[in-house]
Amino acid sequence: MEYEPVIGIEVHAQLLTKSKMFCGCNTDYMGAPPNTHVCPVCLGMPGVLPVINRKAVEYTIVTGLALNCQVPEATKWDRKNYHYPDLPKGYQISQYDLPLTRDGCLEIDFDGERKRIDIRRVHLEEDTAKLFHEEGYALVDFNRSGVPLLEIVSEPDLRSIEEVRQYVTKLRTILRYLGVSSGDMEKGAMRFEVNISLRPRGGEEYGTRVEIKNLNSFRAVLNSLKYEIERQKEILQSGGKIKQETMGWDGVRGVTVPQRSKEYAHDYRYFPEPDLPPLELKRKWIGSIKARLPELPDAKRERFIQEYGLSEYDAGILVADKEVADLFEGYVKVYPKGKSVVNWMSRELFPLLNEGRVTLEEFRSKWPPDYVHELLDSYDRGWITQSTASQVVTVITIGGDDRSPRCIIEEETLAQISDEERLGAIIEGVIEENPKPVADYLGGKEGALRYLVGQVMRATKGKANPGLVNELLIKNLKEMAQNM
Amino acid sequence: MAALHDLTAHEAHKLLWRGEITSLELTQAVLDRIVEIDNEIKAYLTLTPEAALERAREADTLLAAKRRDGEEPSPLLGVPMAVKDVICTEGIETTCGSKILEGFIPPYSATVVERLTEAGAIILGKTNTDEFAMGSSTENSGFFTTHNPWDTSRVPGGSSGGSAAAVASGEALFALGTDTGGSVRQPASLCGVAGLKPTYGRVSRYGLVAFASSLDQIGPLTRDVTDCALVLGVIAGHDPRDSTSLDLPIPNYREALLPDIKGLRIGVPEEYFVEGVEPQVAEVVRAAIDLLADLGAKMVEVSLPHTEYALPSYYLIAPAEASANLARYDGVKYGLSCSEASDIWEDYRRTREAGFGPEVKRRIMLGAYALSAGYYDAYYLKAQKVRTLIKEDFDQAFSKCDVLVGPTSPTVAFKIGERVEDPLQMYLSDIFTLSQPLAGIPGISIPCGFAGGLPVGLQIIGPALGEETVLRVAYAYEQATEWHKMRPQL
Ligand SMILES: [Zn+2]
Repeated sequence: MEYEPVIGIEVHAQLLTKSKMFCGCNTDYMGAPPNTHVCPVCLGMPGVLPVINRKAVEYTIVTGLALNCQVPEATKWDRKNYHYPDLPKGYQISQYDLPLTRDGCLEIDFDGERKRIDIRRVHLEEDTAKLFHEEGYALVDFNRSGVPLLEIVSEPDLRSIEEVRQYVTKLRTILRYLGVSSGDMEKGAMRFEVNISLRPRGGEEYGTRVEIKNLNSFRAVLNSLKYEIERQKEILQSGGKIKQETMGWDGVRGVTVPQRSKEYAHDYRYFPEPDLPPLELKRKWIGSIKARLPELPDAKRERFIQEYGLSEYDAGILVADKEVADLFEGYVKVYPKGKSVVNWMSRELFPLLNEGRVTLEEFRSKWPPDYVHELLDSYDRGWITQSTASQVVTVITIGGDDRSPRCIIEEETLAQISDEERLGAIIEGVIEENPKPVADYLGGKEGALRYLVGQVMRATKGKANPGLVNELLIKNLKEMAQNM
Repeated sequence: MAALHDLTAHEAHKLLWRGEITSLELTQAVLDRIVEIDNEIKAYLTLTPEAALERAREADTLLAAKRRDGEEPSPLLGVPMAVKDVICTEGIETTCGSKILEGFIPPYSATVVERLTEAGAIILGKTNTDEFAMGSSTENSGFFTTHNPWDTSRVPGGSSGGSAAAVASGEALFALGTDTGGSVRQPASLCGVAGLKPTYGRVSRYGLVAFASSLDQIGPLTRDVTDCALVLGVIAGHDPRDSTSLDLPIPNYREALLPDIKGLRIGVPEEYFVEGVEPQVAEVVRAAIDLLADLGAKMVEVSLPHTEYALPSYYLIAPAEASANLARYDGVKYGLSCSEASDIWEDYRRTREAGFGPEVKRRIMLGAYALSAGYYDAYYLKAQKVRTLIKEDFDQAFSKCDVLVGPTSPTVAFKIGERVEDPLQMYLSDIFTLSQPLAGIPGISIPCGFAGGLPVGLQIIGPALGEETVLRVAYAYEQATEWHKMRPQL
């Protein structure tokens, strides 16, 4: 029997507010010594009270709106009760039956088609402390305790690993567009829980689902799902039954492992948080938040296609990262040839970024739009070759040369040799020195031409205009043929 | 002149301001009184005499400066007082009457403590309480029981029994208590002092160690109504650290103290004179109500039909909230820690087993049960619905009258040990003081006579933010009687 996975995802994202959700502690605790970003409130000391961070509420609403969610007239907070050392109060302030936003959706592109993934709710809660398990004991760092945490819960609408990949990637892009979360998984700013069950392909009923918690990267999400699909398939195929349970992911061994049941209460005994009055969500406020929604990736992609004549593919690459898209727009405003700019960025910038040789900020600071204009203009006019253009990029980006591209081209005499007389002389020399390829070409082997072009380029140290070299070579060879 | 330790705060203020006494003399006198009698009363869990004397010297300096500049000082400047041990005091051990918080010294003060300190009041120490304010006699204290100054074989009431006994016996000029289901008013009644529970949100709860967050409210225990008004004026007001505190202007409560109540409509709920009220208590309270009528108030018959459901509703909501509020005491961060076991779950169990007393455990269990899946609707949710009905009862009643009056407690102070084995009987001592916190409305208990030589309290209840009217009626009654001047023989 062929099985179809049914997958739902909970995404937890730390919000980029300056202070924690219920106290004034600074959220920028990365790299700080343990328990230095704490106060009586986020330590859960006796007698202290939470005060809601308005910005965190706003960020949650923004995210909900971007995901097409409804915002109710009022929201409230609830206590989720469970004992664990990472939870100083013995309960987490979360939202139970009146989340800040609900009933939204996110469209993903899959196999060239759009697919709608329903989003059940987007709510706000507080992050827990961080535990460090040692041999025989554990240490607690409360710096993370009380950091506002967004929870985005999807319906079980995902049917493949690839859909999951699209979904989480797009969600992260949107969060970054909104500026509400860094989405930085290495720093734990984005974490996941998935639930997965299998059913016969085309079936209606859901199978028994397994939850996998504490997934800290896309890779963990995808690999754990891959593993779990296979595991469940094997059980079902051998006539077994799936046990409903909570699993963790052991990334080292590459297996899912059942969690000790004590760490996950079966009953959280939710009840309304008496320390925080329900919050009325005035339409005027929601309206003003909506009005400030930035352009989102899908809309930006469409606009890039329309406005700059980009292909869907190119536009898609650019909008996947808002900063890249913004960089592109900055360049294209000054040098209004979209295709040319995107090609150049794909060729020069992306490899540098991928190899980690430069950060986007560094690149942006070294390449103001007028530099890009100078370089691309020189290239597009044929004054410099592609390899020269690349060299200039390297000199400025990695070499730290702060002269403008034009200055470098002129001072280093990197300009292409487009002088027909000069080139003509060099070409004649190459023809003389390479009788065999010449004969081959004349004998009908067109491929020999490429070799001869290469020789000319070598003789000019790559500065010759390759188009012109091609043209002149053919002309010369044709003349030879006629004279033979 | 009365002994210094028997002064009211406003009397002391007058003498301090005139320079007839110093704060140092006054504070020393009260500390001497504590040394003299606290062995018998056991009102205090912690005393801070050195700090108190130091603060008294500072107060004297400030008083002298104010006198020189002709600048009216705060009415509490230099006045020694006590704080119930469920209220956090920076640098002073705060145990909540529980072994589980023994040795806990908060690095912060409650907002009310900050405000009182700012006003120049002098903290003498922390008073005994039923563990986490859960009880009506201080017998649930994890340390010892406080004794009623009128009869030391009897309880002072609770949970603010330490504060009430301290004020009644001259061990503090006034004190702070907390009221969740009567914990200020009932001990005030049993000890023959005034005790006010303000409107929910009137006084900040920041730094009050939570028992039931939607009910808890801090209030003054004093020797007369004027002092209640003075202390409330200092501690009331919005606090940005407490989201449930009301952002409304604070009236001048002292100016509300008019002896004239002619034409005020006073409701007497029939449900407050039922079986279970000791006949002598009912008699004393009836006489007090008659006096109010003699003073010109218009008496109105009203009904609070859901009164009998206040107790079950309260004993679901309060424990439910407590079950979460007390989850943090796990031995990991502060207080008692029994961590010899190999795993954290066993450590939690041991710490909480050893740290909490039986009543606290009982309420945690009750509360957790009321919130659990499958029972939530039948218990917690239903209790919340009843709470709404109780609120509506009061709304109805206050459409016909300005205040309600009745007994504070159905009985006078009972014998120590008498009700320990019978929690239900203990719970019944609060039947008239449970519905006001559920409705979030204010109430005061003032002395209105004696039954068998023990004080009886008259409860005056007002609508939300009706403290001025409540205080006015209480003041008018007090002006017409001498009960508030009675002191126990010790
Ligand atoms: Zn904090």
